[in-house]
Amino acid sequence: MRPAFSVLLLTTLIGCAQGLAVALAVPLLAGAGAQAGWLDFWRLGLGCVLVLGAAGLMASFAHLGRPERAWRAAAMWRTSWLSREVIVLPGFLGIAALSLLSLLMWQRWPLALAAPLVAAALLLWLCTAMIYASVRFLREWATPLTVVNFLLMGLASGGVLAACLALWRLPLQAGHYAQAAAAALVAALLGRSVAAWRVRRLEPAGSLQTAIGVASPAIRQISRGFTAAAFTTQEFFHGRTAVWVAAMRSGWVVLGFILPLTLLLLVPAPWRTVAWPVALVGHLLGLLAERWEFFAQVRHPQNRYVQAAL
Amino acid sequence: MTQLALVIDLNVCVGCHACVTSCKQWNTSGAAGHLSDHDPYGENPLGVFFNRVQTYEVGQFPHTQTVHFPKSCLHCEQPPCVPVCPTGASYKRKQDGIVLVDSDKCIGCKYCAWACPYGAREFDADRGVMTKCTLCVDRLDDPSIPAAQRRPACVNACPTQARLFGDVHDPDSEVSRAIRERGGYTLMPELGTRPANHYLPRRAAPAE
Repeated sequence: MRPAFSVLLLTTLIGCAQGLAVALAVPLLAGAGAQAGWLDFWRLGLGCVLVLGAAGLMASFAHLGRPERAWRAAAMWRTSWLSREVIVLPGFLGIAALSLLSLLMWQRWPLALAAPLVAAALLLWLCTAMIYASVRFLREWATPLTVVNFLLMGLASGGVLAACLALWRLPLQAGHYAQAAAAALVAALLGRSVAAWRVRRLEPAGSLQTAIGVASPAIRQISRGFTAAAFTTQEFFHGRTAVWVAAMRSGWVVLGFILPLTLLLLVPAPWRTVAWPVALVGHLLGLLAERWEFFAQVRHPQNRYVQAAL
Repeated sequence: MTQLALVIDLNVCVGCHACVTSCKQWNTSGAAGHLSDHDPYGENPLGVFFNRVQTYEVGQFPHTQTVHFPKSCLHCEQPPCVPVCPTGASYKRKQDGIVLVDSDKCIGCKYCAWACPYGAREFDADRGVMTKCTLCVDRLDDPSIPAAQRRPACVNACPTQARLFGDVHDPDSEVSRAIRERGGYTLMPELGTRPANHYLPRRAAPAE
């Protein structure tokens, strides 16, 4: 499939926003907040959640042919995971905005807002991932690993961002955040690697024989009936070389996981103000590459109908 | 319950593309708006079609057959493109089972096209909406068209009558009889989409 850059941005940015929201709220749910510094840290963090979420939301509009009708997408929540995402995303951002408002006006973040924020983040990961995992003919996506990996990668990116913010505004907690982020990075790298390994052995759903209903083992398409391009030849092929695909794969492994793990765990304290933001940028670029490959790896069953270019 | 569908006879399709051009002509001129063509006479033309004919070679030389294979939306009885639509623009019409896109509701997210394993849907970049075969619903519903012509444009245009049209749920219809008597089959039945359109397989060549 051809990766849509707007969707790569959307899923990466909101995943990071969700992970950050969880990273902010979990200490509160565990009883933190008495010490000075937490309020300031939470304000900054929730501001980042809102900026990332709003940026993701704007990116999602760029994917639509008719963005002015986007409000209609809330209609079919009974059947469509995309519709559910469209409802849960503003809900998540709304709770984050109320939390920030409470912190700005009353200097406190009530549990009654923090707990629903975590729940909304978890629900949003489920909705986003199920958009892909529920398309059962696209076997590369149709696995619970898709849900697990969206969750783990979101927690990792939010964790790395939280560590950077803590380094700036809550230095006493920065080490804890870095350790938690590193754990999420390891888990996400593991989950995504298992998914990549799984895809290697997959065949697209259906077969050439049943696609045209001819039992012969020897079938060769000699014409697709048109010489030029079509939506079906553009949307379902990424059109990049094997070298590009390999670069993307090494890109997400190295930039997205190995580099941030190294920088978070091994760089001594005086260098962290430089090293950790570099880890964050590398990780987010790596996640964009990961999302690119997530789309590009899909060999759509319909491709059997457009093999010959004559 | 009526389920309108096409039944395509692969014995007589000669790959002339009359169904393709008549479909384009009718649907680009009709109530639903034009089907956009970018750079139609230039280097890289890109156009929207609801129906395309592909050609396959089957068997090993010299024992080969050339199969011309027209494909449009199969109007599945379990259409995977419908439940994924976030706006309800993609729907299966109750009275006759035609799978349609309400172009006033479509936001152009392309999710339905991803969910269709047959590549039956084509996005119209000019209008920003998804498009697909409608079985010429604007012909079927138009009482000003003579009853005998109230069929999809491709069916009227086919010079070899390779395209039959009717209700596959009515056991006495021409299409149901053809499916029953001539081994009509559906595409990728293992996916559980239950396409309404059927194909009639090649008959064995008579012994020489």
